[in-house]
Amino acid sequence: MNRDSAPDLIIQAKQLSRNFGDLKAIDKLDLNIDKNRIYGFLGPNGCGKTTAIRMLTGLLKPTSGEIRVLGLTLPQDAEKLRLKMGYMTQKFSLYDDLTVKENLQFIAKIYGIFGATQNKRINELLSTYGLNQKQQQLAGSMSGGQRQRLALAAATLHKPELLFLDEPTSAVDPENRRDFWEQLFDLCQQGTSILVSTHYMDEAERCHKLAILEDGIKRADGSPEQLMNNIAAHVVEIEAEGLRHLKQQLIQLPEVVTAAQLGARLRVLIKSSVTNPIDFLQHHTEIVTNKISIVRPSLEDVFITCTGSRRQ
Amino acid sequence: MITSLYRIQAICFKELMQLKRDKMTFAMVIMIPLVQLVLFGYAINTNVRHIPVAVVDHSQSALSRVLVQTVAATQVVTFSHHFDDIKSAQEALEQAQIRAILIIPQDLSQRVVRHASLGFALPDSSDEQTGRPIAQWLVDGSDTMVAGAIKGLRNMPLAELLSKPANRSTPTFEVTLFYNPEQRSAVNIVPGLVGIILTMTMIMFTSAAIVREREHGNMEMLITTPIRSIELMLGKIIPYIFIGLLQVAIILGLGYLVFNVPINGGLWALFCITLLFIAASLALGLVISTIATNQLQSMQMTIFVLLPSILLSGFMFPYEGMPEIAQYIAEALPATHFMRLVRGVILRDVCFTDMLPDVYWLSAFTFAGILLASFRFKKTLD
Ligand SMILES: Nc1ncnc2c1ncn2[C@@H]1O[C@H](COP(=O)(O)OP(=O)(O)O)[C@@H](O)[C@H]1O
Ligand SMILES: [Mg+2]
Repeated sequence: MNRDSAPDLIIQAKQLSRNFGDLKAIDKLDLNIDKNRIYGFLGPNGCGKTTAIRMLTGLLKPTSGEIRVLGLTLPQDAEKLRLKMGYMTQKFSLYDDLTVKENLQFIAKIYGIFGATQNKRINELLSTYGLNQKQQQLAGSMSGGQRQRLALAAATLHKPELLFLDEPTSAVDPENRRDFWEQLFDLCQQGTSILVSTHYMDEAERCHKLAILEDGIKRADGSPEQLMNNIAAHVVEIEAEGLRHLKQQLIQLPEVVTAAQLGARLRVLIKSSVTNPIDFLQHHTEIVTNKISIVRPSLEDVFITCTGSRRQ
Repeated sequence: MITSLYRIQAICFKELMQLKRDKMTFAMVIMIPLVQLVLFGYAINTNVRHIPVAVVDHSQSALSRVLVQTVAATQVVTFSHHFDDIKSAQEALEQAQIRAILIIPQDLSQRVVRHASLGFALPDSSDEQTGRPIAQWLVDGSDTMVAGAIKGLRNMPLAELLSKPANRSTPTFEVTLFYNPEQRSAVNIVPGLVGIILTMTMIMFTSAAIVREREHGNMEMLITTPIRSIELMLGKIIPYIFIGLLQVAIILGLGYLVFNVPINGGLWALFCITLLFIAASLALGLVISTIATNQLQSMQMTIFVLLPSILLSGFMFPYEGMPEIAQYIAEALPATHFMRLVRGVILRDVCFTDMLPDVYWLSAFTFAGILLASFRFKKTLD
């Protein structure tokens, strides 16, 4: 791999692949991730997010391809990377039968942080993540949101330059999710680069950049705005009677990617090969409404357009 | 180096914390030695007594009744049934109501009079009846222990039969029993039990301790930290060394108090060999933990090692009496070496140089085990 690669790239992967038997969990993935940004992996369950993160953290050996993380070549330099990165696993991986404080003390000792520094750092984390009242509670007896904050505290205890978060908010309610993202932006501002995986659109939209994964293949990447601007479809909303019937009609057409009902409206994605989607719709259906308009695409529209090819 | 020790200490401390909260495992640490000690110490008795037997008395004389009483007085057998004919006695034998039948012939008194051990037989007598046994035992020989006990009655002295001082012949050998003169089985079993219980708990705890981390997903977090394999391994086994020593103290302490098993050798020697054996068992547990993928598998592998350790180590049956192939297998088991060492120290106070081969072997086993486990334990998920 290119040794004098751009210094502001924190993760680079070229043609990264990983097979489990016949299954291609990750297939020829190319990544260029900027320093000091939040980068997202967006994709449904089983698309290979965890596998990709495990390779980028040196936990799994790639079947083929090259990885450089923080200037280190993986998997050879995996041990050197350990001190500079933090990893929050998808499944809670601290000890259920230790208290919050004991868990943090354990992690601190493992990273060689002791004495007064340890106490100071742990107290800092306890207050940052609102765990002060909980420090004597067993980790196993806490709620999803509390456990997730504890896991984040543990992953950032040694102040890593790079943080991997694998579906950090899957067991967390919306309010806690919002707070959690505020914490991530704080970390980012303090200079931490973050790679986060998710299957929530709203979370993906908060990332500086993201990659949309499907079946181990990267379907698209870029900032959410770029992705929405470059969407290969028109988004049309129709307000009318008999939407169920209309939907059935529309999804028969090869030019229509999908149609989904939102209350009294039908949101239709039409391939960009169609030049005038409103004419197209009126021509192909007997719509009796003037409430038909082109709207701004959402990330979900991008996601459906990118990954829809398989469904047809 | 310092950080390395610090990390080992962190793992140890964490392990102890978890153990403290895991009431079940903690109870096991104490209960296993207690229960096993009582079971093996009281229940397992290699001196067979009070075997239920029947008598078929064709003689029906005062003499035959004295004979039955004399035999009963040995306490080896208890006459639970009386039958008039051999056939019904054999039925009872078949139904396992009794283990043996004593058949007293009609001519009991003649046989007794001519019996060699009573000295009435004329030296020049060539009468074919001279030297004939006075009665017959029919024994259910399937249990060799029972059969052996009754065989032991073959040369029972008959002097009391005629209330006449025995004209006892001088025995060929004089036997003096060292180390366990009263022939109490606890004296041999309790030290051996140390080896068996340590084999069981030490292998089980360590192998489960690492496999559990993998099952609970903690391993994925641990291997992304800078901890080294060897540090993790050492940190995992050190707490269990103390637990092993605690168990040994329980077994030997109670063995001394309840079963009166003496500790003849030096406590230091005992401490050293026990430590060595604990280390060897823990190393084996670590190797198992790198092979097993869940706790059930680690348990199965523990039993795979435990059974031969019980049967072949010399704990139950003397090593010397085993076929050669079994001896080879036994030599490979740490328990066999420990059994020799611990019985040597506790019962015979052997000197250090005599123990060296076993000590070397256990040390080599421990070293190889820890090395193999650290080598096999990869800090990846592949
Ligand atoms: N250790 C493994 N062995 C076999 N198949 C695996 C393994 N890990 C993941 N997979 C498969 O690889 C695919 C991607 O899995 P994963 O990376 O966990 O997806 P995600 O995290 O996006 O839900 C899935 O089909 C999964 O079944
Ligand atoms: Mg996953």
